[in-house]
Amino acid sequence: MKRLMLGNEAVARGAYEAGVTVVSSYPGTPSTEITENIVKYDDIYVEWAPNEKVAAEVAAGASIAGARAMSCMKHVGLNVMADPVFTASYTGVNGGLVLCVADDQGMHSSQNEQDSRHYAQAAKIAMLEPSDSGECKEFTKKAYELSEEYDTPVFIRLSTRVSHSQSLVEEEEKCGYALRDYKKDPGKYVMTPANAVKRHAAVEERIKALTKFAETTDLNRIEDNGKKIGVIAAGITYMYAKEALGNEANFLKLGMIYPLPEKLIKDFAKKCDIVYVIEELDPIIENHCRAIGVSVKGKDAFTLLGEYTPAMIKKAVTGEEPEEPLRAEEPVPVRPPVMCAGCPHRGTYYVLKKLGLTVTGDIGCYTLGSAPPLECLDTTICMGASVGVSHGMAKARGEEFAKNTVAVIGDSTFIHSGITGLIDIVYNKGVSTVLILDNSITGMTGHQDNPTTGYTIRGEKTRQVNLITLCRGVGVDNVVVCDPFDVKELERVIKEETAKAEPSVIIVQRPCALLKSVKYTGHCEITDKCRKCKVCMKLGCPAITVKDGEMFIDVTQCNGCGLCVNVCPFGAIEKE
Amino acid sequence: MNIMIVGVGGQGTLLASRILGRVATKSGYDVKISEVHGMSQRGGSVVTYVKYGEKIYSPIIGEGEADIILAFELLEAYRALPYLKKGGTMIVNTQRMDPMPVITGAAKYPDNIEEKLARSVDLITADALAAAAEAGNIRAANVVLIGLLAKSTEVEKDVWLDTIRRTVPPRFLEVNLKAFELGYGM
Repeated sequence: MKRLMLGNEAVARGAYEAGVTVVSSYPGTPSTEITENIVKYDDIYVEWAPNEKVAAEVAAGASIAGARAMSCMKHVGLNVMADPVFTASYTGVNGGLVLCVADDQGMHSSQNEQDSRHYAQAAKIAMLEPSDSGECKEFTKKAYELSEEYDTPVFIRLSTRVSHSQSLVEEEEKCGYALRDYKKDPGKYVMTPANAVKRHAAVEERIKALTKFAETTDLNRIEDNGKKIGVIAAGITYMYAKEALGNEANFLKLGMIYPLPEKLIKDFAKKCDIVYVIEELDPIIENHCRAIGVSVKGKDAFTLLGEYTPAMIKKAVTGEEPEEPLRAEEPVPVRPPVMCAGCPHRGTYYVLKKLGLTVTGDIGCYTLGSAPPLECLDTTICMGASVGVSHGMAKARGEEFAKNTVAVIGDSTFIHSGITGLIDIVYNKGVSTVLILDNSITGMTGHQDNPTTGYTIRGEKTRQVNLITLCRGVGVDNVVVCDPFDVKELERVIKEETAKAEPSVIIVQRPCALLKSVKYTGHCEITDKCRKCKVCMKLGCPAITVKDGEMFIDVTQCNGCGLCVNVCPFGAIEKE
Repeated sequence: MNIMIVGVGGQGTLLASRILGRVATKSGYDVKISEVHGMSQRGGSVVTYVKYGEKIYSPIIGEGEADIILAFELLEAYRALPYLKKGGTMIVNTQRMDPMPVITGAAKYPDNIEEKLARSVDLITADALAAAAEAGNIRAANVVLIGLLAKSTEVEKDVWLDTIRRTVPPRFLEVNLKAFELGYGM
């Protein structure tokens, strides 16, 4: 029976049907639901790793030991994972190894929109790209066959629109995959220079063999509609092009985007008067076509930026302008994402804003502290960067600057890659203050457990990394725990710790308001003691607004967290 | 059939699109749904697309392509207007939620959105919050709107009810079935 599935859910189903037994990942939109859906299958070992590098190493280890293994990440997670991946390309596999990377064209939930296909070329690892959920499942199974046949890790490249779209998938039985034998093989798995020299040659031979495969595999297919216009596309842009042009063009649909075929493309192009390469982000397929001497239209007709649409493709290829749509009569105010009502980070940012500090930021819900009215953040670069950036600023501008600077980083992000920055501060005589915003969960990606929560991905109790002992253990003497909703105490602690000529860590602790275990009740109300000073408005709480000149709390949004009660200087807000 | 569901992160638009997707699947159509997860879910504008028909390629809906727009909030309905096909229907919850630029005073919430929409579209409005409160939980406003949408489609009511039974967690089922009926009866 066919069932609607997210692309991510279909990849998980494919992994199950292929007999995968080990999956290790770090959450990241839009890839997270692959690993979350693996949890449904009891016979697969699945874990959240502290970061993508560790996840890839776990998956590589499982593969060398003979299991079919998987690791899933978002595009920027692949940067973190890159080190083991480039060498896993040399070692090859024992059990099949598949790495699923989800790009975020349009940056729905990311800090950049890098094109992961460059990694396939750079690491010389085969890459498949499905166009819908059905292909997500099929290609995942195919990837395991290829991985073992060609002794290579295989990338599955996804995108927001494939990962987070649902379409129909036919479920099949699980295959009877058995753990392969494990034998010591240092020539293959110990990458000293002497061994790696030989393995590099094997990698080049493998790419030649895979290029041959790309010419004939049914992953790449031609749809000859007898037209003069040809379209080469892969992934979601194939679907956009099909919707835009239907049978009015010939299509070369590429399911395998590295390595790319040569003869297949030349044969396809010969039958067309003009060939368009339609690919979001970078001109990877286009450059390949030019390199093999096939003349195509690509980035001269399409943008390097963001997502494409069927209408955009139709216009570029046929020149047809869409009809002028209905329009609003005036500008419609934007609605950017905000921290939820009851968010623990709001108390922290209220204090940081009040103190006027330089704040180096990080990746998580608390990145939303950059938006008005809180507008606290000075920098956001990548996972873990807040700590190193703050140390670098301090070294550049001196101790006085450091006393007015703090780094903010979430619990999961700190474990991911903030801890190494903290060690740098301790080791190199830094004086920075780091605020770990510990909300007891990995928040932005939708509530995943992590090493500080005390629970595994399956919700089983486990050993818990204690942030206090961890920070003390690396040599930070000043470790203070504080509640972000006790704004007076938090202000006092931040002033005290930033003034010290030593490293400090302030663990700002309050669980995410959306956790089931958090039970705020009732709602807050503005009483007639209100003097309209608008201090409560500085919190940037979506529940507090102005109605007919009066402060007003929207009960449909307020969850009664009580932070506004704590900040009101006139005691004019009461909790029902 | 192209149906666009718009609202504010946290209002339950995902559940609505999933119920709709399952109903369309059960009715034998090819279906695609495009969802938004991650950062934009945190109180920002959220858009999901549900498309069904004989064969669906792209999961997204472009300007001028939506047959129906189901809006969970007034401003979001107004924002989505360019996506409606000329002659299309808009089903709008009359709830107003101020976005942060309005709260901070940087922007103004447009006046009389209902009137402005009614000038160019076939408009159906409802106070889904009040109906959800009557059903027993204001969080069921999304299912009230699903009830209202159900009436605008050719799919039988039983298919909707059966899908809700299989999609909603048992402890919320009674409230949600009541919310659906209230929406369907509007």
